[in-house]
Amino acid sequence: MTTQTPPSFEAAYARLEDILEKMNSGKVSLEDSLKLYEEADQLISWCSKRLSQAEKKIEILVKNRDAELQQDAQGRPLSQPFGTTSSAPFAE
Amino acid sequence: MEEILSVSALTAEIKKNLESRFCAVQVKGEVSNLKEQTSGHFYFTLKDASSQISAVLFRGNARDLSRPLKNGDQVILRGEINVYAPRGSYQIVVRKLDYLGMGELLMQLHARKARLQTLGWFDSSRKKPLPKFPRTIGVVTSPTGSVIQDILHILGRRFSGFHLILNPVKVQGEGAADEIASAIEQFNRYKLADVLIVGRGGGSLEDLWAFNEEKVAAAIYHSQIPIISAVGHETDFSIADFVADVRAPTPSAAAEIATSQMDQLRQYFAKSRDRLRGTVLTLLQHHKKEIEGFKRHPHLCTPLTLIEPHLQRVDDLRSDLNLSLMRNLQEKKLQLFALQKQMIAVKPENQILLLKQKLSTLSRSLAASILQQSSARKKIFDTHTLRKKIDQFFAEALGQKNQKLQQLASHLKSIDPKNLLTKGYCILFQEKNDSVILSTSELKELDKVRLQLQDGKALLTVTGIEK
Repeated sequence: MTTQTPPSFEAAYARLEDILEKMNSGKVSLEDSLKLYEEADQLISWCSKRLSQAEKKIEILVKNRDAELQQDAQGRPLSQPFGTTSSAPFAE
Repeated sequence: MEEILSVSALTAEIKKNLESRFCAVQVKGEVSNLKEQTSGHFYFTLKDASSQISAVLFRGNARDLSRPLKNGDQVILRGEINVYAPRGSYQIVVRKLDYLGMGELLMQLHARKARLQTLGWFDSSRKKPLPKFPRTIGVVTSPTGSVIQDILHILGRRFSGFHLILNPVKVQGEGAADEIASAIEQFNRYKLADVLIVGRGGGSLEDLWAFNEEKVAAAIYHSQIPIISAVGHETDFSIADFVADVRAPTPSAAAEIATSQMDQLRQYFAKSRDRLRGTVLTLLQHHKKEIEGFKRHPHLCTPLTLIEPHLQRVDDLRSDLNLSLMRNLQEKKLQLFALQKQMIAVKPENQILLLKQKLSTLSRSLAASILQQSSARKKIFDTHTLRKKIDQFFAEALGQKNQKLQQLASHLKSIDPKNLLTKGYCILFQEKNDSVILSTSELKELDKVRLQLQDGKALLTVTGIEK
């Protein structure tokens, strides 16, 4: 397998399930099974990495007084970091 | 400097201040002095233990009442303060009247729940599965409440890294339901999250009311993003809980549920890896055994066996070759030997030697023969010896004849019958014819016989015969 990264976690997961099914069918030659094993191993490593090494990011959407979302130049909602101490003032 | 105001000016000032300051208020109290005018407007006094305020409910707003208003009703009024200048009084203009009281709220709640249930909003068939791997978790709650802190605590404890987007909303009071509903809609519109947690902490039925509002239920129902609800305590329930894809008993539980699949995924990956490893190992072991089987094959474990027959053949051939060489050599040797012998034989010296030997042998035998001849002749001419020999010969012959004559005489003497008569024997003769009687059968009684003894004869008569 080429070591290119899978397009998405879901794709990697689907491929992994596919490989497992093939391997369990017992219809794979030794050579193929070694190749599949290697591929699966890389997929698992990749997925596990995605699971455990996600960047910690906590955001809060920025709203105006009327509780409308503030948007950036591209029309995407603006957000700012949200911390346990820097809670945005909000009137209830 | 005291400005003197007219009543109108003062009233106008009061009106301006009051009306702008209390343009949207909520107030709860008990209805009294209720009057319904023929116009359809309601006039009444809202009071509590120590205060009261006039209120007017115009016909247009009164249409929304779930049941007729009556004195003593506990209600929440939403509206604005209005100063009625002609009478110098202020009143609240009711835009919305809600009946307070647990019974009333619960009745509303149950009615709504029943209605939404018949609409199929609670059906498990339309519940969306939670994503296995939520990259981003969206949260709709108050930024200052305990919910977001609980969620962050749980996530931080379980994962070193995660992505959370909080959409801050009011979770109770005026506009809370609108904010919650639009927050859910915003997450969907901008596809900001893979899963949403919508909730608030515990409180009274009124506190939780926003989550019973139909617009919140609708927002949850229409959300493309799976939603976990976490409203109030475990014992509380809200319409939002029923519509949500998963109901979490607490905000902490919601965070755990949102990421539980990730834990399962980790286990799944670990298990998958083990399983794959197991499969490959089994396969490898199988092939290894096969190879070892091949290795144990005599051809492979002792390669000599392959060439052994050939080695043997080579050895055989070699010994054959040796043998035939030896034989050949031997033959040649023998031939050589024979030739050498022949050569020795035909050597002139040897021939001479041989002839010499023969010559000496011949001369020796010639000498011996001459000697023998001469001695034989000598013997023949020795007369003395000859005479002695002839005398000896006659003596011997005379002796022999003499001996034979004596033997014959003694033999003749032994067979003379008279000789026998001397030893007791006698001979019986017939009187008549002188024949010798040999048997009794030749005798009869009174026959006369003659008995010859050695010295004479006797005449005898036969008196009896015994056979």
